[in-house]
Amino acid sequence: MATTAALHAHAPQGFIRKYIFSLDHKVIGLQYYFLALVAVFVGMALSLLMRIHMIWPTAVLPLIGEIKPETYLSLLTMHGTIMVFFVLTTAPQGGFGNYFLPIQIGAPDMAFPVLNMLSFWTTFVGFVVLIAAFFVSGGAPLHGWTGYTPLSALPSAGPGEQLGADLWITSIAIFCIASLMGALNFITTTLDLRAKGMSMMRMPLTCWAWFITAILGLLAFGVLLSAGILLLLDRNLGTSFYVPLVVVNGQIMAHKGGSPLLWQHLFWFFGHPEVYIAILPGMGVASQILSTFSRKPIFGYKAMVYAIMAIGLLGFMVWGHHMFMSGMSPYSAFAFSVMTMAIGVPSAIKTFNWLGTLYKGRIRFQTPMLFAIGFVSMFVSGGLSGPFLAQPVLDIPLHDTAFVVAHFHLIMGVAAIFGIFAATYYWFPKMFGRMMNETLGKVHFFATLIGTYCIFMPMHYLGLAAQPRRYSQFTEVAYLHRLIPLNEFITYVAIITVAAQFIFLFNLFWSMKKGAKASDNPWEATTLEWSTATPPPHDNFGGHTPVVNHGPYEYNVPGAPRDYIMQTDPVTAEAH
Amino acid sequence: MATLSPTIAIKDVRPGRGGAGVRPPAGGGGDGPEGGGFSDYGARLRRARLGLIVGLTSVLMIFVGFTSALIFRQGVPTLDERTGQYIHDWLQVNLPIPLLLVNTFILLVSSVTMELARRQVTRQAALAPVRSIPGVSVGDERGFPWLYVTVVLGLGFLAGQWMAWRELADRGFSVATSPSSSFVYLLTGTHAVHLAGGLVALIYSSAAALLHKPVEARRIAVDVTGWYWHVMAFLWIYLFALLWFTR
Amino acid sequence: MGLALLVVIWLITFFSTYFFAAKTWYLPTGMSAATAGIDHQFAVTFLLMGIVFVLAQGALGLFVWRYRDQGAATRVQYSHGNTKLEVLWTTLTAIMFIGLNLMGSPIWAAERFAPAQAGAVPVEVTGMQFAWYFRYAGVDGKFGRTDPKLQDASAGNESAIGLDTTDPAAKDDVVTGTMYLPVNREVDLTLRAEDVIHSFFVPSMRFKQDAVPGLAIHMHFTPTQTGDYEIACAELCGLGHYKMHGMLHVVSQEDFDKWLAAREAEKQ
Repeated sequence: MATTAALHAHAPQGFIRKYIFSLDHKVIGLQYYFLALVAVFVGMALSLLMRIHMIWPTAVLPLIGEIKPETYLSLLTMHGTIMVFFVLTTAPQGGFGNYFLPIQIGAPDMAFPVLNMLSFWTTFVGFVVLIAAFFVSGGAPLHGWTGYTPLSALPSAGPGEQLGADLWITSIAIFCIASLMGALNFITTTLDLRAKGMSMMRMPLTCWAWFITAILGLLAFGVLLSAGILLLLDRNLGTSFYVPLVVVNGQIMAHKGGSPLLWQHLFWFFGHPEVYIAILPGMGVASQILSTFSRKPIFGYKAMVYAIMAIGLLGFMVWGHHMFMSGMSPYSAFAFSVMTMAIGVPSAIKTFNWLGTLYKGRIRFQTPMLFAIGFVSMFVSGGLSGPFLAQPVLDIPLHDTAFVVAHFHLIMGVAAIFGIFAATYYWFPKMFGRMMNETLGKVHFFATLIGTYCIFMPMHYLGLAAQPRRYSQFTEVAYLHRLIPLNEFITYVAIITVAAQFIFLFNLFWSMKKGAKASDNPWEATTLEWSTATPPPHDNFGGHTPVVNHGPYEYNVPGAPRDYIMQTDPVTAEAH
Repeated sequence: MATLSPTIAIKDVRPGRGGAGVRPPAGGGGDGPEGGGFSDYGARLRRARLGLIVGLTSVLMIFVGFTSALIFRQGVPTLDERTGQYIHDWLQVNLPIPLLLVNTFILLVSSVTMELARRQVTRQAALAPVRSIPGVSVGDERGFPWLYVTVVLGLGFLAGQWMAWRELADRGFSVATSPSSSFVYLLTGTHAVHLAGGLVALIYSSAAALLHKPVEARRIAVDVTGWYWHVMAFLWIYLFALLWFTR
Repeated sequence: MGLALLVVIWLITFFSTYFFAAKTWYLPTGMSAATAGIDHQFAVTFLLMGIVFVLAQGALGLFVWRYRDQGAATRVQYSHGNTKLEVLWTTLTAIMFIGLNLMGSPIWAAERFAPAQAGAVPVEVTGMQFAWYFRYAGVDGKFGRTDPKLQDASAGNESAIGLDTTDPAAKDDVVTGTMYLPVNREVDLTLRAEDVIHSFFVPSMRFKQDAVPGLAIHMHFTPTQTGDYEIACAELCGLGHYKMHGMLHVVSQEDFDKWLAAREAEKQ
C-alpha cells in the first residue's frame, strides 16, 4: 500500500483512477463542474419549454410533441430541483470550492480525499435518480421544487405523484447525504490544512464564503434529510406526519391528523439557508474578482467576513418568511419579518463594500470582471425586492405571484449564475492552462446581462398585477388576459438569452483546445492559486508547501515594486 | 484613516490550527490509503477527530429535525372534519420498557468496552516505536480483545432493538398506528442505522488488526469509532428519554 | 468598455424604474377596507427601495466608467476600508429596514391579529381540486356538520363539501360555487381545504390566505365597492391549478339578502 507521501508525489496513472474515481480534489472539482454544466443546460431547456407552453400551448415541438398542462408542472418541478440542487449548490461549492479551496489555503488536497470522491459520486447518483423520474410511468412529479404536502405526499393527487415523486424525494435525500459529506470535508480542510501564515483573517473571501457555506450546508441538509425521510414514510408506509384526513378524487385517504405546515417548517428551515448556500460563494468570487481587476484591496475585508457570518447566522432564523400566508401564527410572522429585514443589513454592507472597492480603482475590463460587475448589479436588483416580500403586509398582494419568482431568480438564480460565469472566466486559465476568448466572453456577457434583465424585470410587473406563479395558462382567469403580451415578450427574450448561452458553451470547449496559452498568473492576482504552476501539479505546489506572508488583496501598495504583492511574496521593507 | 483589514506585514503570525505548513506535503489524505510515516500521524489523528466532530454535527441535525417534528406533531392539534373541533390524535404507546432497559444496559456496557479498546490501541500505538528497537521487549501486546467484545455487544443491542420492534408490533403498534408509534419506529430505526454504521467501522478496525495494518492507522480508526460510539450511546439515552416523556 | 457598461446599467435602471413608476402594470385597483393601508405601505417601500436602487446602480455604472484603467496615469487609492463609513451605512440601512417593518406592522395586526367584528357575515370557503365552494350559515347563523364520507365532488355544492343533511344546523346551510358578499360589511371567513393546500387570492380585495387541509383558518376583510371580482388559486394544487378560479360578486345588502333567500328557496 502506498504511503500518503508517495500518493501525492506520484499522480495516479490509468484513466479510471485519474479521471473517474480520482481522489484529486482538482479532478473532483471539475467533475462537479461538468455535472453542473450538464444540469444547467437540462434545467434551462426545461424552463424554455415552460415559457413556450405558456404562450403557445398547443404548439407541437419536434421530438417532444405537445406540452400538456401536467407536463408543464413536471417541467417546473424538475427545473427548480435541478437548478437549486444540481446547479446552484453543485457548481459554486462542489465545483470551484473543491478545486480552489485547498489551493487557496495552501493545502495539497482536501482533508478526506476518499470522502470527497464519494461525495461527488453520491451527487451523481442523486442526479441520475432525479432524471429517471422523467422516464417512469406517470412521469416527473408536479408538486414544485418545494414539494408542499399533502400534494407531494399523496400518490393519487396528480400525475407524476406516484413513482416519480418517490424518485424525486429519494434523489433529494441522496443529495443531502452527498452535501453533508462535502460540508464535512470543506470545514475540516479549512480549519486544519491551512498553510503556514494563512491565518483565518488572511484567507481570500472566496474561502470564507465556501467555509461558511459548508457550515450552512452541514446544519441545513441534515434537517432536509429528516424531512425527506418523514415524507417517504408518509408516502409509502401510511404514516401521518404531514397528511391530515383528506379526500382526493372522492377517495378518503388513510392518513389522519398530520400537519401540512410541519413540512413547510422543516423544508424552509433548510430552504432559506439553501438560498445563501447558492449565493455566498458567488459573493466570495465577486469580492475576489472586483478587488483583482480594480487593482485595489477589497474595501472592508473584516466587514465582509463578519457580513458573511451574520448572513449565515441570520439565515437560520428567517425561514418563516416563506410562510406568512400559510396559516402559521400571525404573531410569529411578525418575528420572522424583523429577522428578515435584519438580514438585509449585512447584504447591504456587502454591496457598499463592493462599490467602495471600485471607487478610485484602476478597473480592467476582462470578462471575469464584467460578470462580477453584473453580479453586483443583479444582487442589488434582486436584493431590493426582498424588503417588499419580507413584510407580511406586502406579502398579502405579492406572495406566490410572479414578483416572488422575479425576486428569487434575480438574487439566487441569475446572480449566482453570474458568480459561476465570473468564476469560470477567472479560473479557466488556471484549470485548463489556456485563456478563454475575450471577444466571445464580452458578447456573452452583454447578451446575458440584458437578456436576464429583460426576462426577470418584467416578472415584477406581472407579480404586481397579481399573476400567480406556477400557472401554465393565462386564459382561464380573465384579469390575466391583459398580461399575455408581457409574457410573450419574456418568452421571446428567453429564447434569445438561452441561445446566447451556446456562445459560452462554444467558448468553453473551444478555448480548452485552441485558447491562447495562459501564464501562471495571467490576471496579476495575489492569492495562492496564482503562485503555482498552470495547471497546478498533482499535489498543488509541486513538492513544497507555500508560506503565506501577506493578506489576500494587496494591490497598489504604496512603495511596492509592482502593483500587486502575492500572498507568498517575501516580506520586504517597502511593503511595510 | 482607520482600517478594517489586516496590515501587510504581520510579524508574529499564528499559523492555522497546527501550522500545517511545517508538515511535508503529505497533508491531505486523512482517510486515504494509510500513511506509514510517523511524523504526520498526530496531525492525521487530530484531523480525523475534527472530521468526526463535524460529521457528528450533521448526524445530530438529523435528530434535531426529527425531534422538532415530534414536538410539533404532538403539540399542534388538527381539525376533526366532522365536528369542526381541533383534536389531538396522539395515542399513548405501550413501550416494552424492560426490554429497552436491557438494551440500554448492553449499549452502555459496550461503550465501556469500547473505551477500553480505544485506550488499549492508544497504548499499543505509543509503544510501537519502542517495540521496533531490537532487543527491547515491552511484554504481551495482545491483551484482552475489547474490540471484539464491543462488536458482539453492539450486535446484541441491535438484536434487542429488533426484538423491541417485534414486541411493539405484538402490542398492536405498527408504524402507521399513531404518530407516537411512527416516531418510536423512526427514531429507534434511524439510531440503529447509525449504530450499524459504527459497527461496520469497528469490524473494519478489527480486520485492520488482523491484516497487520500499521498500528497508527488502526489507532486512528479505533479512536474515531470510539468517540462516535460514545455519542451514539448518549444519543440513545436521549432518544429513550424523549420517547418516554412524549409517549 | 467602461462607457458601454455605464450606458447599459443606467438604461436598465431607467427602464426598470420607469415601468414601476408609470404603473403600466400595477396592483389592481383595491376595493376593500385594507387597500389604503397596504397600498400606502407598498408605496413607501417602493419609494425607499427605488431610491436605493437608482443610487446603487447609478454609482455602479458611474464608478466602472470613471475609474476605468487609463494607463499609468490613473492613481489608485490604497485603502482597506473606512470604519466610520461602514458604521454609518450599517446604521442607516438597519434603521431603514427595521423602520419599514415597524411601519407595516399595525396594518398586519389589524388584518391578522384581531378576529372579525360582531355582525360580520360568516362564510366558509372550501378549496378542492380544482374549485372553490362557499357556504353560508343560513338563518340560524350556524354551520352544520360535514362528513368526508359524504363528499361527492361531481354532485357539486352541498355534496361537494360533504354536508351532513341529518344535522339540524345543516338544514339551512347554502353552498354555492360563486361568492356573494354585501358591500361595506365585514366578512368572517373560515378557510378549509379538502385535499391539498390551496390559496384563496382575491387581488382586488388585497386578500390572500392559504386554505390548508387539517386547519380551519379564520380571516376577515371588508369589500367597499360593489362589482365582480375574480378569485384565483395562488398555491400550486395540481394539474388544474391555473384554472381553479372563482367569482366574487359584491352587491348591496338588499341584493345579498335577496340572493341568499333565493338560494334557500331553491334548496327546499
